[in-house]
Amino acid sequence: MKKCLSKEYRFEKLKLILSQISLLIFFLGLWEIGARIGLLDEFFFSKPSSVAVLFWKYLRTYEIFKHISISLLETILGITIGSAAGILIATILWASERLSKLLEPFLIILNALPKTALAPIMIIWAGTGVRGIVLVAISILIIVTIISTYNYFINIEPEKILMMKSFRANKFQIYTKLIFPSNLVNIISVVKINIGLAWVGVIVGEFLVSRAGIGYLIMYGGQVFRLDLVMMGVVILSLLAYIMYEIVNLIEKILLKKRGKGI
Amino acid sequence: MVLELKDVSMKFCTKEGNLEVLDKINFSIREGEIVALVGPSGSGKTTALNIIAGLLKPTGGEVKARGDIGYMFQRDNLLEWRTIYKNVILGLEIQKKLTPENIEKVKRMLKTYGLWEFRNCHPSELSGGMRQRVALIRTLATGPELLLLDEPFASLDYQTKLLVSEDIYKIIKKEKKSTIIVTHDLSEAISMSDRIIILTDRPARVMNIYEIELTLDEERTPLTARKSPDFRIYFEKLWRDLNEKMPKQGI
Repeated sequence: MKKCLSKEYRFEKLKLILSQISLLIFFLGLWEIGARIGLLDEFFFSKPSSVAVLFWKYLRTYEIFKHISISLLETILGITIGSAAGILIATILWASERLSKLLEPFLIILNALPKTALAPIMIIWAGTGVRGIVLVAISILIIVTIISTYNYFINIEPEKILMMKSFRANKFQIYTKLIFPSNLVNIISVVKINIGLAWVGVIVGEFLVSRAGIGYLIMYGGQVFRLDLVMMGVVILSLLAYIMYEIVNLIEKILLKKRGKGI
Repeated sequence: MVLELKDVSMKFCTKEGNLEVLDKINFSIREGEIVALVGPSGSGKTTALNIIAGLLKPTGGEVKARGDIGYMFQRDNLLEWRTIYKNVILGLEIQKKLTPENIEKVKRMLKTYGLWEFRNCHPSELSGGMRQRVALIRTLATGPELLLLDEPFASLDYQTKLLVSEDIYKIIKKEKKSTIIVTHDLSEAISMSDRIIILTDRPARVMNIYEIELTLDEERTPLTARKSPDFRIYFEKLWRDLNEKMPKQGI
């Protein structure tokens, strides 16, 4: 019975993936045909085949790897440093109620501010290279990370904390044995959101100053009206973001499997 | 004496002014006895337990406790990501008392109380009654002199409640632990305890203390206790105390 169900489930899943792929092909085909018969102006929309040809050119000269690797490096640094620092600050705020009350209005203001407005300042402070762009990425994701992680931390059941205290657990033990592990899934979901935010920071940063990277390609393509270059940049960008998301998903699965079925 | 409360008072500062919760509470707990703390809801029973456990400091009086105190709450508070075994040793881990003897003791308790096969399971795979037993073993593992149970069966349905209280009673008696159990269920109080302390409405004082002596042909457990002819007599006494002497309690 169970086997039968899982077979059916797998079939359903396969059907779904096939439909998704056909939807993509249908959309690309529509675009290609539309451009070829003149329904879409190639100058403004380019077309999938030109994007593919261009991609092949960049691939053959290995130039694409230079751009991908620099953007990827900036994004990964932004996510790692920003998430780690954000979680650390959330931890400090959790540990000190007084500090969290003191900083609350400032955090709310910073959160409400569109962080991309800070990008020029970040680049002036940290320079126009990788450092500046990573800082832009961090500035975009760190405040949200702090606020959401802190809220997860303080929303633990009070009785569980009492239980820990009844064993005379100190603050550090309450954190390492209760607060952090019970929020592991939440923290991973924050990191998942940070992937998108870090990419926003990196692209904005590259728009502003860089000489290489996916954001640079898109910006350059836009300035010289090479829409195939812009489209290629966007496609690569979405693929990279998707792959990173799946990697974090995989890490989540491994972590949860390692500690058993308890979530 | 395992525990002695001398003139313990407690006031909370609230927006509306001082809230007097406990007013000079006096009682003591003898070795190995189970004492039920009964009173109208909101009378400060949980506050009293938190003071005894050292989680709150009383504003007056003193609490003399011999040795460690174990606290069991309304919910089992098991950590879902830990296995049953890992949950049970949580207290030992916190207090850095994971000695071979203590581990042996935990294993013995898991075996005695029917949880050994489940040691590698997660809490979500266990029934409510079993989870409560795991919570009790976790509390007992650190070797407390006194157990505090705060309405430990309140979240269970009636059937399970009877069975689990039977379970818990036997474990407590077998391990010879002095216990304070807070409850608002009069039958539960009579069936479980050797002594009942009745608290008045807020600010709580000790109104009455009853020694529970039941005539029984068989060994006393919470279920057999309910068959004793004395059971009803105690029930009526408690009922009168709570309802006639404290008439302002509406229903």
